Amino acid sequence: MSHLLREHAPITEAGWKLLDSEAEERLKPALAARRLVDFAGPHGWEHSATKLGRTDELESAGEEVGARQRRVLPLVELRAPFTVPRSELEDADRGAEDVDLGGLDQAARRIAGAENSAVFHGLSGAGIAGISEASPHDPITLGEDCERYPTHVAKAVDSLRAVGIDAPYGLALGPEAHTRVLETSEHGGYPMLEHLRKILGGPIVWAPAVQGGAVVSMRGGDFLFESGQDLSIGYESHDAETVQLYLEESFNFLAATPEAAVALSP
Amino acid sequence: MGFDQYHEPASELPDEIRTFARLCASLTEEAEAIGWYEQRISVEPDREARAIMRDAQGEEFKHFSMDLEFLLRRTPLWREIAEGILFQEGDIVEHGEEAEEEATEEEAARGAPLAGSESLGIGSLRGSAP
Repeated sequence: MSHLLREHAPITEAGWKLLDSEAEERLKPALAARRLVDFAGPHGWEHSATKLGRTDELESAGEEVGARQRRVLPLVELRAPFTVPRSELEDADRGAEDVDLGGLDQAARRIAGAENSAVFHGLSGAGIAGISEASPHDPITLGEDCERYPTHVAKAVDSLRAVGIDAPYGLALGPEAHTRVLETSEHGGYPMLEHLRKILGGPIVWAPAVQGGAVVSMRGGDFLFESGQDLSIGYESHDAETVQLYLEESFNFLAATPEAAVALSP
Repeated sequence: MGFDQYHEPASELPDEIRTFARLCASLTEEAEAIGWYEQRISVEPDREARAIMRDAQGEEFKHFSMDLEFLLRRTPLWREIAEGILFQEGDIVEHGEEAEEEATEEEAARGAPLAGSESLGIGSLRGSAP
């Protein structure tokens, strides 16, 4: 039995299938970082740290004996709890199609947002530097005038080319900016989305919980998301009315080439 | 005629699985024949007889290799692991462990959960539709 303790939950096999599939359906559209950066793993729940290949010098360990200590970046665990009414699970077993899994949906949004935020804005307590804060380029302000977005994105692409970072590039946009892009057609009716895609040569990604956005190199090898345990549902407890569950993952994020992205502030 | 290569009722198996099972059985037979010839050659005192058996064993090498290539082409994960082991210098067991880990991780990153894992198997979403 894994630490998720799923076998202890009063949930049938069909119930677990429903929960897993609902979680996957809600999480996939919101996991913006995974659409842009390299993904390694999953290495399993036991995986605790990412090797950095660097060392810290220690005081001598003995007469004429040098000592160094390896530096590693410990993985972060994210957990988003939620509650499912047992009556809803029972209805699902009877074949109900309109099962209310609102708690799960909200937890999926929360944990996907936290993952995006860690990758783009960092998680200082965990030593994770996000793409936006690690970038040495001056951030470009997006503003509310969407007609100016192609100029901003082209400027970001130019900054990347200037330091030898080649195409393709991807664009992560926070929900507000993304909606503006979707709603906008330029003079002549050409969709803004298509114009931006042509500049980037890569995807435009809806990124919940991201402030502004970022233009990111997608040539590979620049940004690494290392997964320990990939997103899973685990069991916490239950009573006569409800089952308490959680969404959980462990991961790390490394900006190996911080200059391979340009931050876009809101 | 024996149907020992089927572990499950043949009528319930899809065509491609039956073909796969036939080639697995064929691979086993070729490997056995290679082993038998090796034993026969080692005890045969007649030089001409030994030469004939060596020639026959060469046929089995060819058949074994063709069977193996067919099976690897139909099984990407097996092929990926084999690529890390076959024709490599160095420690075979080490290569085996590394190849298995890399191949299963890559498969997991493409969305397949690790063996025994209860995760949602989301992995990388690069290249997937928005």
